[in-house]
Amino acid sequence: MNYKLIASISISLLMARWRQTLVAAIGVTFSITMFVGLLSFMSGLNDMLDGLILNRTAHIRLYKEIKPSKQQPIDISNEFKNYHNFIRSVKPKNERLELYDAAGIMNALKNDERVVGVVPKVTTQVFYNVGALDINGIIDGIDAAEESRLFQFKDYVVDGNYLDLKNTPNSIILGKGVAEKMMVQLGDVIVVTTSKGEQISLKVVGLFQSGIRDIDIVQSYCSLNTTQRLLGESSTYITDIQVKLKDVSLAPLIAKEYENVFHLDALDIQTANAQFETGSFIRTLISYSVGITLLIVAGFGIYNILNMMIYEKMDSIAILKATGFSGKDVNAIFILIASTIGIVGGIFGLAFGLGLSVIIDHVPFNTASLPAIKTYPINYNPKIYLIGLSFSIVTTYFAGYFPARRASKIDPVIIIRGK
Amino acid sequence: MSNVILKTEQISKYFHDPISVKVLKDISFEILKGEFISVIGKSGCGKSTLLYILSTMDTDYEGALWIEGENMGNKNEAELARVRNEKIGFVFQFHYLLNEFSVLKNVMLPGLKLGNISEKEIEHNAFEKLKLLGIEKEALKKPNQLSGGEKQRVAIARALINNPMIIMADEPTGNLDKKNSEIVFNIFQELSSLYNQSLLIVTHDNEFANRTNRIIEMEDGKIIKM
Repeated sequence: MNYKLIASISISLLMARWRQTLVAAIGVTFSITMFVGLLSFMSGLNDMLDGLILNRTAHIRLYKEIKPSKQQPIDISNEFKNYHNFIRSVKPKNERLELYDAAGIMNALKNDERVVGVVPKVTTQVFYNVGALDINGIIDGIDAAEESRLFQFKDYVVDGNYLDLKNTPNSIILGKGVAEKMMVQLGDVIVVTTSKGEQISLKVVGLFQSGIRDIDIVQSYCSLNTTQRLLGESSTYITDIQVKLKDVSLAPLIAKEYENVFHLDALDIQTANAQFETGSFIRTLISYSVGITLLIVAGFGIYNILNMMIYEKMDSIAILKATGFSGKDVNAIFILIASTIGIVGGIFGLAFGLGLSVIIDHVPFNTASLPAIKTYPINYNPKIYLIGLSFSIVTTYFAGYFPARRASKIDPVIIIRGK
Repeated sequence: MSNVILKTEQISKYFHDPISVKVLKDISFEILKGEFISVIGKSGCGKSTLLYILSTMDTDYEGALWIEGENMGNKNEAELARVRNEKIGFVFQFHYLLNEFSVLKNVMLPGLKLGNISEKEIEHNAFEKLKLLGIEKEALKKPNQLSGGEKQRVAIARALINNPMIIMADEPTGNLDKKNSEIVFNIFQELSSLYNQSLLIVTHDNEFANRTNRIIEMEDGKIIKM
């Protein structure tokens, strides 16, 4: 087949009715624009909503839970091994929440290929002293820099510098709700009472807002050292190890593995936030079905226009065939016409889609729950563009395929005799 | 025998809609190289139908069609297209030019499809053909800017581009006035006498037919004189 000739005939046919061509291409452009814009926006929103919880949550949390031992003495005894043993009212024994050999575990985790990072945490209950009142609270001892790197801690520090937690001794980043209750500001010194009854003064170096009010009215952060001192423990005292994985979807599996290896409790993110998984999946599903509907509708538009085009070009097809063009050539011409419309329309659609995304990206969006976000979120995932382009090519190909096949089967005699 | 270029054996054709009618009845004849033949007969006698079969466009017939010793009944659609492209130049009653292309490009298209020679050479040849027919000045116009007679001459130029073995024409002067008909006839005659071009012209213009070398007369789907 002479592709150059086929191409030049296709282009001539396209240009001869350039208005019609333009309308068809605009149809594709419009739907791809909408597809890209809508999907970028929706997956941006989706990521934002997921990020609300998932970003700042460890993929796997290793800790020790206070609970009765799974294996009771009677299970070990040989005599009752094959019996069903019912034991009621078992009480947990008084165990320390400290993870034994936390440093060793963390080293082992850091060497795991699947792990991005590991941060230790110490959690303790405290009372914030406000005059005669004590407000219930929780202080997490964290490594501010690592916590920021792995779990976007700094995004939620709305006032002050998160690194001051490390640099200033005896400092605290207060939850915004707590700060409001206590009416303190940056630089103020507050007093907290530890669970052991000691009172310690801490300097406020930052304010923290998670967007979840229930958290903001109790939660505060100190450095690891400070928290360990609040508890009166040594610098090896760690209650939690938070793990960030390369692939979140593996979390439940790896959590189980760690549970067995380290004899600790391991909570994976999917179990801890099951509702977010479902919600995020459904939102993605909705946006893709809307996007694909748009493309299919556009596909039918192209099908119609090509069908009409072929109807108008019956004479030309007959004449091409009479002068020696085969059905295959005619088929190739119309497929090429359709694909050209699809590709050109699609590429413009991607460009306009990007433009639309950028516009949305600049629309202000302020919400109390998301201090880090100032404009509507957009996901510039190249995957969306790739899907848009391939879908536009595939739909136009099929929209062109059937009319083209019809054109290739046209019998020139019937048309010529019909005159 | 070697200069028989087209031969039919017992060709019959039926139309099935609305009832089965045998429109061609056992047509057998031969065309020799260089012959200038006209096919005449009343409307509906099947002469155009015969022409479409001979041109390989219509494949729904009984009997055998031989072009240069090859049986067309054994060929598939693409091969028949190739035969039309290479060996047959067709001129219709209506000019059937593509308005999307210039006159020159219209003439070039079958040549480009054949692709035996470079585009430059095809363009040169196409221009020569247009010159031969005296319409080289119109080469870059679009067909719809031409008069009916000029269009028909362009169509003849297009039929000539691949130097076909035979030119078939279906009432080429049917839509033309006396003067233009005369021009077209003279062109055919010139092609026949000067270039020894084989021609098969369907017409119902007896005056036209009488000036050709050989007349095939048809009636009711049969050849009654040849």
